[in-house]
Amino acid sequence: MTTIDAYPRAATVDAPVDAPADAPVPAARARRRRRAPSWAVRSLSPLALLVLWQVGSQTGVITEQVLPAPRVILAAAGETYRDGSLLAALQVSTTRVAIGFALGGSIGLVLGVLVGGSRILDHVVDPPLQMIRTIPFLGLIPLFIAWFGIGETPKIALVALGVSFPLYLNTSAAIRQVDPKLLETAQVLRFSPWQRITVVVVPSALPQVLVGLRQSLGIAWLSLIVAEQVNADSGLGYIINNARDALRTDIVVFGLLLYALLGLTTDGVVRVLERWAVRWRPEAAR
Amino acid sequence: MSAQPQQPLTGPATTAGTAAGAVRVRRLTKAFGDTVVLHGLDLDIAPGEIVALVGASGSGKSTLLRVLAGLSREHTGDVTVPDERAVAFQEARLFPWRRTLANVLLGVRRGSLPRGEAEARARAVLAEVGLEHRLDAWPLTLSGGEAQRAALARALVGEPRLLLLDEPFGALDALTRITAQQLLLQLWERHRFAVLLVTHDVREAVALADRVLVLDGGRLRHEVTVDLPRPREHGSADAGRLAGQLLAHLGLTA
Repeated sequence: MTTIDAYPRAATVDAPVDAPADAPVPAARARRRRRAPSWAVRSLSPLALLVLWQVGSQTGVITEQVLPAPRVILAAAGETYRDGSLLAALQVSTTRVAIGFALGGSIGLVLGVLVGGSRILDHVVDPPLQMIRTIPFLGLIPLFIAWFGIGETPKIALVALGVSFPLYLNTSAAIRQVDPKLLETAQVLRFSPWQRITVVVVPSALPQVLVGLRQSLGIAWLSLIVAEQVNADSGLGYIINNARDALRTDIVVFGLLLYALLGLTTDGVVRVLERWAVRWRPEAAR
Repeated sequence: MSAQPQQPLTGPATTAGTAAGAVRVRRLTKAFGDTVVLHGLDLDIAPGEIVALVGASGSGKSTLLRVLAGLSREHTGDVTVPDERAVAFQEARLFPWRRTLANVLLGVRRGSLPRGEAEARARAVLAEVGLEHRLDAWPLTLSGGEAQRAALARALVGEPRLLLLDEPFGALDALTRITAQQLLLQLWERHRFAVLLVTHDVREAVALADRVLVLDGGRLRHEVTVDLPRPREHGSADAGRLAGQLLAHLGLTA
C-alpha cells in the first residue's frame, strides 16, 4: 500500500558509486567526498538535454510547432508577464488550489484523526470512504458541472475531493500506528489528554501525515489542471487553452512548465517540513 | 492467605494510599475472560523495602505489577499504593522526539513545581544516573544502558515512594546490567523508595532484594528473606545458596 511508506529518502542522498568498495579511504570521508558534487553531477544530464533541445531547434530538427526553442519559451514568458495576463492567471489558479486544498485537507485530516482514533468510527466511516476512493475522481467532472455549474465551485470541489483522500488515508494509518507502549507510558506518567496528544500522538503521526500532505499537494495541482482544461474563463488553464486555439505552442509549453514549477515549490516546502519532523531520527535511519 | 470471608469488591479498586509508602494488597483476583491470572493475592511492601517478584512466564508477575501501576483496572480485592509511584519497563520507552532532558522533565507531575525548579531537578537526577553530558541527546542516539538510565531518571524525578520495575535490566548486556543494578542500589540508598522488582533472574533478585516472592499460577507460593548485608558481594556462597533455593521453588534444580 503506497500510503504506508512514511519516510521517503531525500532525493539527493544516493550518490553515484564511483569508488571501488575496497578503496583505501575511511568510509565516512569517502562518503563525504562522493556526496559533495552529487547535485552538480545530477544536474549535468538535464542541462545536456536543454542544450540538445536548443541545438535541435536551431538546426530545424525540432520544428517550432512541435516544441519551440527554450529561448522562444522564455520570450513567451516575458510577453505574458508584460501584458499582465500571467500574474492575474497565477493569482486565480493559486487561489483555487489554496481554497480547495484548505477545504479538502481539513476534511481529510479531521476524518483521518477520527477514524484513526476510534474503532467505531473506523467501522462506520471507513467503508464508504474506501468505496468512494475507487471512483476515478477526475471522472466526476461532468457530475460536478451538473451539480455546481461552471463557476469556481466545481473546480474547487474537484481539488478538495482529490486532496482529501491521501491525507485521510495517511492520517488514519498514522494514528492507528502510534506505539501502544508509549501510550501506556503516557498513562503511567499521568499525562493530561492534551499532553497525550501533543507529546505522543502528534509527533508520532506527523511524518506519515506529511507524506499524505505531499501526495495531496501533487493531486491538488493535477486536479486544478484538469478542471481548468475542461472549462475556465480565467487562470493558468485559460491562458493555455487560448494559446492552443491561437496555435501558440510556446505559451502552452510555458504554462505547463509553470504548473510544474508551482508543484515543485509546494513539494519543496513539505520536504523541508518532513526533514524537520524526523530530526530526532539518527541520520542512518531517516 | 487471608482468613476473612471471601467477599470480592468489584470495580476499579486501585486506590491511592494514605499509609506511608507501603503497598497493601488484599484478596487481589484478576481474570482475563475465563482465565484467572491472580488468585486472591495478599502482598505488603514496607516503606523503603525492596521486594523482588520471580516466577515463570505466565505466572502473573507482570499482571500484578500492572495492577499496582494502575494500568489494569478490572480486578477484585483491595489495592492500596502511594500516589507518588513510578514505573520503569524492560524497554526504556523514552519519547524519541524529545531530547533526554525533556523526557526526564515529563516525569515531573504537571503543576507540582515551577518550570525552573523542575528543570533543575531533572538535571540533578540525570547527573545522578551519570547522564549529565547527554542532556541534549535524542533518545535514539543513546546506548541501551544510557536509555535505561534516562528512563530510571524519568521515574525518579517525581520523587516516588514506590518504584515499580518490570524486568528493567532484562534487555541489557551482562556488564551493563551489573552497572545498572549497582546504580539502582545507590539511588535507593539515597532516596529510600520502596521497590517492587519483577524479574526472571533469581541471581538479580538475590543481589538486590530484601525479600523475594515466588509467584506460581497466580498465587504467592514462597517467600525468601535475603538477610545479606549490603553492599553484597557478587557471586558469594550465601547468595548462591539463596538463588539455588529460589530455583528449587521454581521447580528447577540449581
